[in-house]
Amino acid sequence: MKTDSCETIAAISTAIGEGGIGIVRISGPRAFEIAEKIFKPRIKKSLFEFKNRTLYLGDIVDSNDEIIDEVLLAIFKAPHTYTREDMVEINCHGGLVAQKRILALVLDKGARLAEPGEFTKRAFLNGRIDLSQAEAVIDIIRAKTDRALAVANRRLTGEFSEKISRIRSNLLNVIAHIEANIDFPEDDIPEAEPEYISQEINNALKMVEDLLRSAGSGRILREGLSTLILGNTNVGKSSLLNALLQEERAIVTDIPGTTRDIIEEYIDIQGIPIKIIDTAGIRQTTDEVEKIGINRAMKHLQEAELVLLMIDVSRKLTDDDKRLIELVGDKTTITVINKVDLPVAVDEYEIEKLVPEAKIVKVSALKQEGIDELKTVIYDTITEKMGFTDEGLIVASERQRRILEESREFLKSALCAMAEGVPIEMVEIDIRDAWEKLGEITGDTVSEDIINTIFQKFCIGK
Amino acid sequence: MDYNVGKYDVAVVGIGHAGCEAALATARMGLKTVAFAINLDSIALMACNPSIGGPGKGNMVREIDALGGQMAINVDKTFIQVRMLNTKKGPAVRALRAQLDKRAYSAAMKYTVESQENLDIVQEEVVKILVEGEKVKGVVTKTGGVYEARAVILTTGVYLRGRIVIGDLSYSSGPSGLFPANELSKSLESLGLELGRFKTGTPPRIHKDSVDFSKMIIQPGDDVITPFSYTSEKIQREQVPCWLTYTNETTHKIIAENLHRAPLYTGEIKGVGPRYCPSVEMKIVNFKDKKSHQIFIEPEGNGTKEMYVQGLSTSLPADVQIAMTHSVKGLENAKIMRFGYAIEYDFVVPTQLKPTLETKAVQGLYMAGQINGTSGYEEAAAQGLIAGINAALKIKEKEPLVLSRSDAYIGVLIDDLVTKGVTEPYRILTSRAEYRLLLRQDNADLRLMDIGHSIGLISDDRYEKFLKKKKSIDDEIKRLKSVKITPTAKVNEVLTGLNTAKLNSPSTLAELLKRPELDYEKLKVLDEDREQLPDDVIEQVEIATAYEGYIERQMSQVAQFKKMENKKIPDDIDYDEIYGLGFEAREKLKEVKPISIGQASRISGVNPSDITVLLIYLETKRRKSHNE
Ligand SMILES: Cc1cc2nc3c(=O)[nH]c(=O)nc-3n(C[C@H](O)[C@H](O)[C@H](O)COP(=O)(O)OP(=O)(O)OC[C@H]3O[C@@H](n4cnc5c(N)ncnc54)[C@H](O)[C@@H]3O)c2cc1C
Ligand SMILES: Nc1nc2c(ncn2[C@@H]2O[C@H](COP(=O)(O)OP(=O)(O)OP(=O)(O)O)[C@@H](O)[C@H]2O)c(=O)[nH]1
Ligand SMILES: [Mg+2]
Repeated sequence: MKTDSCETIAAISTAIGEGGIGIVRISGPRAFEIAEKIFKPRIKKSLFEFKNRTLYLGDIVDSNDEIIDEVLLAIFKAPHTYTREDMVEINCHGGLVAQKRILALVLDKGARLAEPGEFTKRAFLNGRIDLSQAEAVIDIIRAKTDRALAVANRRLTGEFSEKISRIRSNLLNVIAHIEANIDFPEDDIPEAEPEYISQEINNALKMVEDLLRSAGSGRILREGLSTLILGNTNVGKSSLLNALLQEERAIVTDIPGTTRDIIEEYIDIQGIPIKIIDTAGIRQTTDEVEKIGINRAMKHLQEAELVLLMIDVSRKLTDDDKRLIELVGDKTTITVINKVDLPVAVDEYEIEKLVPEAKIVKVSALKQEGIDELKTVIYDTITEKMGFTDEGLIVASERQRRILEESREFLKSALCAMAEGVPIEMVEIDIRDAWEKLGEITGDTVSEDIINTIFQKFCIGK
Repeated sequence: MDYNVGKYDVAVVGIGHAGCEAALATARMGLKTVAFAINLDSIALMACNPSIGGPGKGNMVREIDALGGQMAINVDKTFIQVRMLNTKKGPAVRALRAQLDKRAYSAAMKYTVESQENLDIVQEEVVKILVEGEKVKGVVTKTGGVYEARAVILTTGVYLRGRIVIGDLSYSSGPSGLFPANELSKSLESLGLELGRFKTGTPPRIHKDSVDFSKMIIQPGDDVITPFSYTSEKIQREQVPCWLTYTNETTHKIIAENLHRAPLYTGEIKGVGPRYCPSVEMKIVNFKDKKSHQIFIEPEGNGTKEMYVQGLSTSLPADVQIAMTHSVKGLENAKIMRFGYAIEYDFVVPTQLKPTLETKAVQGLYMAGQINGTSGYEEAAAQGLIAGINAALKIKEKEPLVLSRSDAYIGVLIDDLVTKGVTEPYRILTSRAEYRLLLRQDNADLRLMDIGHSIGLISDDRYEKFLKKKKSIDDEIKRLKSVKITPTAKVNEVLTGLNTAKLNSPSTLAELLKRPELDYEKLKVLDEDREQLPDDVIEQVEIATAYEGYIERQMSQVAQFKKMENKKIPDDIDYDEIYGLGFEAREKLKEVKPISIGQASRISGVNPSDITVLLIYLETKRRKSHNE
């Protein structure tokens, strides 16, 4: 029962920085053979004779028989492993450097470095877990904060799948009713009334839309809310970034145009990961390098979900400032008035008129004043204005979101067809499609697309 | 003592609904055929209700017709009432159903098989299948007659070790007082075939003169008769009505009080019965809240006073049957002529069959009809036809005929049987079909007549006619798409008169036809010079145009589906060698031996990850052999 065609993969699998003990995992048909070459157990036994799932003490040695680390090693025989392949776990004590050396050695002996999430992908391919679970694990790997981890864990237990199942079973009920009417026209089964059918489709549609909304929140948890600090040169953008981060990350000078590159950093506001982007200040300039920076900032503005519009309280509003404000458009914006420790030169009322939607927070980045208030305002804006929620939250991958969107379209089309009086067996096609599509999230139906993607991404054959 | 009777190409065991189609197909395809029945007076006997068609079933009857089978023609000869069902829904689920003259149906079919060239009919019970090596050799009858045959098709219905149960009475019997076939099962078992046991039941028959129709609701046939067969021209015939009445709380009470005598609940009956066709005692037990159930009183024919009591299928003791029948409105004085009964019988587990209906174990041995765990005349006939065609094609060393799920209901039926097996007597349902919109009863000829013609069951004459129809459909659709109507005052006046929106810009006739308020007939005023086309052509043009969007969508789904169907699994695949398959999946795959990934994905117990694993394995193999 072996597929020689599959490569053996390896990786350090404990989150870096966790208490020193790291695990190097090896999975695949050659896992035992590779481990055998580098492990010297205390007891005189070949690795192939080891008891399944039992820790053995010994040394990892390199090709010159030099000891790299003292480790505990266990073998896990297929198919009762996470990946359903033969697996080896090496628990090392010697810190990150030793772990990396062990990994390098394993790779030397013929394993390939696993791609992120590849163990999980294999688990899926070998039928160990369903798609939704596999993706949750992949998300865990990428989770940026503790909160995101909690949500990812929740999905792993199948809560997301459960919600999908609920929508599907509701739809299935409607489908079944329609089918019964069609197949048994002469039995006295009450006819599924159009109102009832529309109602049910509508309910399903709402649930799918809710899921999509919380999937949006899920994405924020996974990738961070991209937040752009936008402002004229020298207003104190980099200072604000440093203040939010509580460290000297960006260079701060009194020379306008200091920041020319884009700086991205994550902060955590009550568990929500925020990706703060500090950019070049935007102004009319002839400096080529600065121009490039400004262009990039413009691009980031387009992608940003939240804008911190910064204004220097000690200077009068310039045309540059006004131009900036126009650029913001209808992006969710918070106006940050900086340098409140200096004498006031701008008219706050004027600003309020220019960006009426935005809340105004006054800070001193230099003195670190008003930073907590700014954080509160950011949190409120995300939860209230942007509808962020972590209640019943799901973390959806891009694929899952696309499926939800497609199902939404089918349901909308079904509703529309109902309104137009299209024959029920045709409306039912849409309902059935929505039902089947949703099944793809939990892997209940595997469409050609999934298979193709799997083939594209994986090493199958040589 | 055995004696040699002769050599045949094909021997068909059973001349019921499956057997008739099978024997006619092989004989018509030029093969010397012999067919057996336990009693020649029961050829194509409708042992249960005297009706053919309905959702899914009616579609299959039309498909049988398009492939050159006999059922539809025989129905048109002998129906006493026809109704199109689901007319309030769309065209895809409309369904034709006919009430038949039971005797006349059987007699007409008997005459057809008797008249068929190449076909011998014999009243004999077959007791043994002869096999040499892995190949079928012929059959042996009870009198010792040995009939050599290159192919044997078993269509034995409910006769194998048939056992009738009424109350606490049970005895070995076939249906309707006919002899059972008690020996053949052993022969099948000795060939290594796995048998199962199902049961089905039938209601009492009552005397017409003892029924008070004034207390019932009349159910007349359609005003305009739609024939089943594409060969039939317009039919005008006096139709006989059916009658509707209901059970009531007294009926339910009588049944409830006698449940301890119901063999279904005493454990007397062990075979599994059909869920969609429950006995009245099951309905009462399972749906306690329902205060009444429908009862249809259906005539069994013109030359008889027997009437069929649809809805009262039962195996309760005879005295309870009398009491409960009399409790129904209009049946207070009804005289029971035949009592209802349940019958248990052997069937052959159908996953042992290939999609051609040949057994995997014995070459040349085919099975069709109720023996495969199905129920229903139409299901039987459909399988009989396909088994007959495939037996003939194999003898002629030609490619087999396997209809796919996107070709026909027959394809759905057979794929379900051989892929998923059966847990109860199987009946076709439109909901079993994924591509229902394409598998309409109105377009079976367009779907299948090419095949019927190419295998030689559709005559050149009939085919010419069909091609003409097809051409005029295509031409008319094209024409409607090209003729533009300009928004003149007159046109808009006409449109307003038809209760539909005015035109702002020029529009084709096809676009107008898509409007729910309009149909082909109504467009005539805007399209005065058009040629008068036959109704069946107009029907196709209307459906194809009005529902174009949905039809195209299903066609693209079919294209997707075909991709998986076309990923063939080699015969010699070794499932034990494949890493990562689930245990159950491995066992199921070994049993069913699917011919394609598509078929594999429909096996219960084979889940998507198993399919992924299988695809990866096949892909790996492919790449390996590619590199070598
Ligand atoms: C009591 C009863 C209730 C039913 N209820 C329903 C129902 O509720 N719904 C429904 O859809 N269908 C029902 N049917 C099923 C329907 O009648 C059958 O499905 C259909 O007739 C099967 O066709 P067939 O060709 O397979 O078998 P049949 O039409 O039964 O034909 C079998 C043929 O095989 C012959 N035969 C059998 N064994 C031998 C042998 N060893 N040698 C020679 N000849 C042999 C018989 O003589 C007969 O000619 C019922 C049938 C019965 C008997
Ligand atoms: N008094 C006072 N000075 C500040 C404050 N914030 C920033 N500054 C000063 O303003 C100058 C510019 O600060 P930066 O943070 O570099 O400004 P910037 O917007 O990043 O500038 P560019 O990158 O050049 O566009 C520095 O001298 C800071 O010390 C503040 O709150 N109060
Ligand atoms: Mg800066």
